[in-house]
Amino acid sequence: MSPEMLFDLLWKSLLQTLHMVAVSGLVGSLVGLPIGIFLATSGRNELFPAPALNRAVGLVVNAARSTPFIILVVAIIPLTRLLTGTSIGTSAAIVPLTIATVPFFARLVEAAIRDVDKGLIEAARAMGATPMQIVFKVLLAEARPAILLAFTMTIVSLIGYSAMVGAVGGGGLGDLGIRYGYQRFMPEVMLAVVVVLIVLVQLVQSAGDALARRFDKRNRKS
Amino acid sequence: MTLSTAAGSAAPQEGVASAPMVLFEGISKRFGDDANAFVALDGIDMAVDRGAITGIIGRSGAGKSTLIRLVNGLEKASAGRVVVDGTEVGGLNDAGLRSLRREIGMIFQHFNLLSSRTAFDNIALPLEIAGFGAADIKAKVGPLLDLVGLGDKAERYPSELSGGQKQRVGIARALATSPKLLLSDEATSALDPETTQSILALLKQINADLGLTVLLITHEMEVVKTIATHVAVIDRGRIVEQGPTFGIFTAPQHETTRILLASTVGTNLPEWLRSGLKPEPSAGDRVLVRLTFFGATAFQPLTAQLVTEIGGSVNILAGAIEEIAGDPFGTLVVAYPATPDILDRANRFYAATGLATEVLGYVA
Repeated sequence: MSPEMLFDLLWKSLLQTLHMVAVSGLVGSLVGLPIGIFLATSGRNELFPAPALNRAVGLVVNAARSTPFIILVVAIIPLTRLLTGTSIGTSAAIVPLTIATVPFFARLVEAAIRDVDKGLIEAARAMGATPMQIVFKVLLAEARPAILLAFTMTIVSLIGYSAMVGAVGGGGLGDLGIRYGYQRFMPEVMLAVVVVLIVLVQLVQSAGDALARRFDKRNRKS
Repeated sequence: MTLSTAAGSAAPQEGVASAPMVLFEGISKRFGDDANAFVALDGIDMAVDRGAITGIIGRSGAGKSTLIRLVNGLEKASAGRVVVDGTEVGGLNDAGLRSLRREIGMIFQHFNLLSSRTAFDNIALPLEIAGFGAADIKAKVGPLLDLVGLGDKAERYPSELSGGQKQRVGIARALATSPKLLLSDEATSALDPETTQSILALLKQINADLGLTVLLITHEMEVVKTIATHVAVIDRGRIVEQGPTFGIFTAPQHETTRILLASTVGTNLPEWLRSGLKPEPSAGDRVLVRLTFFGATAFQPLTAQLVTEIGGSVNILAGAIEEIAGDPFGTLVVAYPATPDILDRANRFYAATGLATEVLGYVA
């Protein structure tokens, strides 16, 4: 394979990966965020006590998280077809990726919010804050660095997951590696794919870390 | 029902408002189900005078944290009434409780500042919650920063401030909505002694300048001794003693009070002395007497007179002079021969001068 051809293939696959990761990462996190907040605040004696619903949502989240991704991809094909009109291709791959992101990100958000010092909730209650004000002015503000790191972790995981959607013709870098590198036995393609993925993950992680650091005021030196 | 008397320096500042700022009536609080409930508070009756600094002291687990949280409804009483400035806390709905809380400031042992907000923005938080606009917030927060001595630290984050500075931010935040009552939950317990004194001085100043009623809980007698005009001693969910601080400190009636006092007021005997104490005298023994000076006796040269009165055989073993709630208070432990003649002369001297005494025991 000529270098031009390889570059062309890599570039197209990279764009497909970015497309899938960006859409499913954003949509999945936007849906996962409120679910995570709900999980963290709806236990007994918490801000929005609804223990039964909390347990039910927790159960669904656990079920979704314990389903192997490749099985999820196949299992929800009818849903994917309903939403996108097709079950193959990049757009179709976004559906299972998004559905896998929601519970993953929700649990990370829940942990980030539960990590906020309970004393702050008490202080805000003592000020006469409503539960909503506590969520927005205290919990989300204080958990912001942790939530940014959770988002970074979600994106990195999605880059890995997106390699698996080659199974349904999702395209992307993983698909390229499997089809050319493995099935056609072209080790240089496999190597190029792996290098691009490593660089991509590094970039995402560094950007996420930097952003989280910017908002983390806990360990500032005077 | 026992009400603390509004005497001395804690007299109500407004003529009409002689009703207490906070009233606890028959308060009980149980945690857990009925079968194996933990009784945190048991029959508390207490009044917090308007404009005064009232201290509630007790060991950890005595129930004082629960008690102070009943005032702003962070905890609900299982029985009894809490009345704050005429409003029964238990009868309020959520919205009513929130507006009451905006009139009550609270400071905490671990400050509870938002790490993501600067000092300025932390003080602004209760104002944002109450719905003030940016201009109003700016006009209020600046003077508060000056009041607590942090005028130059507005843009600092809590992690850039010392413990004492963090508590000053906490105090400014508690004052932001111009409350009528300040609750202090072990506010100095995480601070070193020097910082504790500066925070207490600030609270005292705020109480004097703003006429703000302060209710504080602590396990440190030092805190109560320094700023509280009234004190209640709480032990295992019950108030065992309450009244003006000076009276409680100079003449503690309850064992818990004595134990709490022992560490601060000079009433502690050295171990070697205490271990040799006998309750009854035998021939040749010396009697150990604690003399307490306060009020009229505090400024008289009574020790010298005592020595003259019973001869040169008086030994001074321990002593301390302190200030309690602004009044001088001294204790002196002396020993002299327990012979009928000397005892008789000493007792006549005490009766004549009005000196408070307590026989601690006898030593060989």
